[in-house]
Amino acid sequence: MTDTTANATHFEAHGAHAAHHEADHKPGFFVRWFMSTNHKDIGTLYLIFAIVAGIIGGLVSGLMRTELAEPGLQFLQSWTGAGASVDEANHLWNVLITAHGLIMVFFMVMPAMIGGFGNWFVPLMIGAPDMAFPRMNNISFWLLVPAFILLLGSAFVPGGTGNGAGVGWTVYAPLSTSGSSGPAVDMAIFSLHLAGASSILGAINFITTIFNMRAPGMTLHKMPLFVWSILVTVFLLLLALPVLAGAITMLLTDRNFGTHFFDAAGGGDPILYQHLFWFFGHPEVYIMILPGFGMISQVVATFSRKPVFGYLGMAYAMVSIGVIGFVVWAHHMFTIGMDVNTKMYFTAATMVIAVPTGIKIFSWIATMWGGSLTFETPMLWALGFIFMFTVGGVTGVVLANGGIDNNVHDTYYVVAHFHYVLSLGAVFSLFAGWYYWFGKMFGKMYNEVLGQLHFWLFFVGVNILFFPMHFLGLQGMQRRVPDYADAYAGWNDVATWGFYILAAGMVFFFLNIFWSLMAGRRAPDNYWGEGATTLEWTLSSPPPFHQFSTLPKVD
Amino acid sequence: MKTPLKLILAAAAFALAPAGALAQGAPASAPAASAPSDAISANSQVAPAQPEAMSPPVTPDEEPSNAQVLSSSAARTAPDAAVGQPTGAMGFQPQVTSIGQEALWFHDVLLLPIIAAISIFVLGLLLFVIVRYRRGANPVPSRTTHNTALEVVWTLVPVLILVAIAVPSIRLLAHQYDPPKADITVKATGNQWYWTYTYPDHGGFEIVSNGLSDADARKRGEPRLLAVDERMVVPAGATVKVIVTASDVIHSWGVPAFWTKMDAVPGRLNETWFKTDRPGIYYGQCFELCGARHAYMPIAVEVLPPAQFAAWVASKGGTMPGASPPAGPDSTAVSPVTNPAPAPGGSEATPEPTLTPGTATPPVTNQAAESSRGN
Repeated sequence: MTDTTANATHFEAHGAHAAHHEADHKPGFFVRWFMSTNHKDIGTLYLIFAIVAGIIGGLVSGLMRTELAEPGLQFLQSWTGAGASVDEANHLWNVLITAHGLIMVFFMVMPAMIGGFGNWFVPLMIGAPDMAFPRMNNISFWLLVPAFILLLGSAFVPGGTGNGAGVGWTVYAPLSTSGSSGPAVDMAIFSLHLAGASSILGAINFITTIFNMRAPGMTLHKMPLFVWSILVTVFLLLLALPVLAGAITMLLTDRNFGTHFFDAAGGGDPILYQHLFWFFGHPEVYIMILPGFGMISQVVATFSRKPVFGYLGMAYAMVSIGVIGFVVWAHHMFTIGMDVNTKMYFTAATMVIAVPTGIKIFSWIATMWGGSLTFETPMLWALGFIFMFTVGGVTGVVLANGGIDNNVHDTYYVVAHFHYVLSLGAVFSLFAGWYYWFGKMFGKMYNEVLGQLHFWLFFVGVNILFFPMHFLGLQGMQRRVPDYADAYAGWNDVATWGFYILAAGMVFFFLNIFWSLMAGRRAPDNYWGEGATTLEWTLSSPPPFHQFSTLPKVD
Repeated sequence: MKTPLKLILAAAAFALAPAGALAQGAPASAPAASAPSDAISANSQVAPAQPEAMSPPVTPDEEPSNAQVLSSSAARTAPDAAVGQPTGAMGFQPQVTSIGQEALWFHDVLLLPIIAAISIFVLGLLLFVIVRYRRGANPVPSRTTHNTALEVVWTLVPVLILVAIAVPSIRLLAHQYDPPKADITVKATGNQWYWTYTYPDHGGFEIVSNGLSDADARKRGEPRLLAVDERMVVPAGATVKVIVTASDVIHSWGVPAFWTKMDAVPGRLNETWFKTDRPGIYYGQCFELCGARHAYMPIAVEVLPPAQFAAWVASKGGTMPGASPPAGPDSTAVSPVTNPAPAPGGSEATPEPTLTPGTATPPVTNQAAESSRGN
């Protein structure tokens, strides 16, 4: 009791002391970046982390596309190392696909969207001084670092046929249990545990912040759509991730302590793992796209100079996508030997998701309808997002049909589909948000020419990369193979050229960062003008270290 | 269509020569091949077994070594370049099962036009607003944020489209799960990294099916990474029940031209089926990540006219359903062994009595085959 009082007094005194100085009082370098409790700094850390992870994950996909450019194994063996067997080379392939998937999902998209933009802009948009639990925010970020190190490190320890975890991002048992000896898969599982714990802590933080720290007058129905999207996303995280944690813990005990959860020989069932994984995994794909929906809504409204059309419909479309997202998981498992009624149910339920998604697409278009549109880089990404996400969405409707999925399941059609919604959906929205808020976050304007070059090269490249994969999938090319029948050579070659175009586009992304931070024009408070109406535009660019010491009033 | 079919038949007929040589004795192959053709294709539209198929003289010494190396389907029915394997086209492979044709119709006639139309519609709207409402053309933005009628429309219209999709989709599922009575059962087991096929209705013999090396595949004129040494062989026109399981990790047995794919899960016996009237070779692969050599466990299904299928079964040491085990004296009354009449019961299509009464392998009769069918 006395302790609490003492602490309270201490903080009181500290606050009074700080008030005498300028509001922009920043701690020293180490304390500021390694012991950070400031949501903006932590957001920046998340973004840097996501960019680093994105570079690694992108390089991995570059390796894969280079190998896949031609039929036959060209490079895998030399990458595996001198004296490596063909099996070890093929195992390396599985390590690459696993790493690419896990890195992009857990260490690029999620940290950038929720940790990065969520941390940066949720408090600003709801008029809060910071997140509800600043130190928990810090540990959320710092759990990711060892998680990433564990995942990268797993590539260098034995994982069965060769080094590394070659089990796919889905980590299906029994390939991940009896099928992969050695510590690599254990390290990957620990990595997911830490990343999951990080996300759960983050989710708790966001829920508390959004429910309790909105500025006076900021009712739930007045929150910007980006905040809505984060709110729905973190609820999905909170409900889905513990299931993943449980599933991979069961993997761990199956691997090391002789349990048989997923081992048929001991009375377990490998399919149980798939149900648990996809009960997490399907909400996970919405976790990766919903914040993107939110960012696109902000960007489209800003550059249309018009409020979002059908705000409530937009907000509740996200809520319903989140809810339905929990009851469709088995459409990832249509070929496990499923009962016909189950398959019919999951077919129907999955198709229902197209309805709220359609509402969002049409509402974005209606937002632009009658607007006064300009086409700065963020808007280009948003427009690209809307169309490409539509393409990815309609192939999702095709895949939703259990009877059709029978043929395209685990083919490149699926790869094309989820890259259209992720690489052209989630990533486009990330870039939209990046250019939209770059000046706000860093105080310097990005370079418009470099930004547009980045967009056009990336847009063209990513379409050349992923669209031919639809054809490969329809023709029956299976996923996760380093080599393929010669008939698939043509479209694979095209896809690889697409990757190189995309990679060239990324050069301009990095050039833009360096150029803008060095020589960028100073960003004014609200550089987008009348269309940017959310609270972050009422602050300086970058915002003060501590903002809203007097809460803004929203009417 | 016609010409490749003939080619395949001719090749299949040629295949019988070494197959017969491998069987218990050349004479047995004729009735074994012809008689069960009726039984197996009882409910199919396939042309009855061709007596011509048997016409090439059985020369036991024709490439016997090759036969041993290449297996029974030895003269290796040549694959059709356009059917049963990828061609690099932009759509599905040609479908040779009724389910596949129904699904292909559903995709090509219904789904693809709908999704293309939706995508083009959205693209058109985007281009329209980009041009019409660019700042230069529309400097003063409207403040419209609601239009209830419009919102109801863009909620309900997608619902109607989805219902239009759902009806044939559910129907397709119902058809997939409502197979005709199985004529033959094959158990496909996924192993790291090859498939084994067991024929429980045919004496339970097992085929081990390994992917061919690039050089071997080229030598045999088969597609790289799809060719196998021992194909899974089934008769044309028969409903084939495939029991899919795995011995180590999860694999997935899929043949795109059949529209069939089923995961092979250790500890589970999954069941799927296909039925095609078209003889030929149909390639597939393992579709579930199963370790290092996941890319190298292809599937090749050879669909033979029933007569040749029976010969193939015999060459593998199997028996056709209803046939007595080779030295079985306990044959039923219909067995020609106990009734050594010149014309064995059941098949009238064997005018050439190559059958030598007293052979160790009694020919199969129609009735016996019927009685033991179903499982």
